[in-house]
Amino acid sequence: MEPAVFIVSAVVVLSGALGVLLARNPVHAALFLVQTLFGVAVLFVLLNATFLAAVQVVVYAGAIVILFLFVIMLLGVDRADDLGIEPIAGQRPLAVVTGASLLGLTLVVMLVAVDGSTGVRAANAALGDAADNTRRLGEALFTDMVYAVELTAILLTVAVVGAVALARRLKGPLQPIPVEAVAAVPADEGAPDLPASQDPSPEGRSPDDTASGDPA
Amino acid sequence: MVVTTGWYLALGAVLFSMGAVGLLVRRNPLVMFMCIELMLNAVNLTFVSLGAELGDLGGQLSVFFVLVVAAAEVVVGLAVIVAIMRRRSGATVDDLSVLRG
Repeated sequence: MEPAVFIVSAVVVLSGALGVLLARNPVHAALFLVQTLFGVAVLFVLLNATFLAAVQVVVYAGAIVILFLFVIMLLGVDRADDLGIEPIAGQRPLAVVTGASLLGLTLVVMLVAVDGSTGVRAANAALGDAADNTRRLGEALFTDMVYAVELTAILLTVAVVGAVALARRLKGPLQPIPVEAVAAVPADEGAPDLPASQDPSPEGRSPDDTASGDPA
Repeated sequence: MVVTTGWYLALGAVLFSMGAVGLLVRRNPLVMFMCIELMLNAVNLTFVSLGAELGDLGGQLSVFFVLVVAAAEVVVGLAVIVAIMRRRSGATVDDLSVLRG
């Protein structure tokens, strides 16, 4: 049973990866990516990592690929990519040679040279069976690794703020806010100003901006 | 026939190499990002399989953090791509080789 599941999901994973490499249309590449991610999720189940399998489907296939598709649709770059153009002479053969040597290197190191893993077996963080995998992960995350979890929370917040700041549509060229204006407005007076100045921007500005942006 | 850890490691190596080749070959920045996701998934698979072999929870914990960092990376990267594409639509990475303000 296990070899059959492994082989089928390995075929799914590798054909999906090949699809990402060769698909001319970015939308197709994203769908092939979903196929690969599902295959990896099945392999996680096979390795008793049930929680990660669920997270793989929910976060990767459910959120990240959707984000990709959103951006593809938003930018309208879903037309076919011309794979015939080779901008740098010899780039493709060199890339294939690099990939093949990378593959050979990793295979030799991981399978032949050191004969599998060289680590010692875990002393304290033992891996449970599939049934209490989630409980053990949660316990480890919120006791031993609580600071790391807090740091990833900060990282996600910074990423969201940064993404909004980057993708925001600016009216004109960036201009620094005058220091006197910031210093002159008291804190409680500045607050009611904000919603009023932000309100018309999402509704009123975006349609004519896209219209004027298209011919340019 | 028994599925050993070596099978998973080999699959991870193949997947990683395919992602690397895709990253070098493709010119669309979005597809290049997808290839980075392929490489991250290959590493995740390696983490989990070695963790299973050693009976260590640390492999799965590492994958958890890789997932979070990958999500943050994709969010920021796609925002950068949106900002670039808004200025010059249909740009490939070859058009962006000159980083002038």
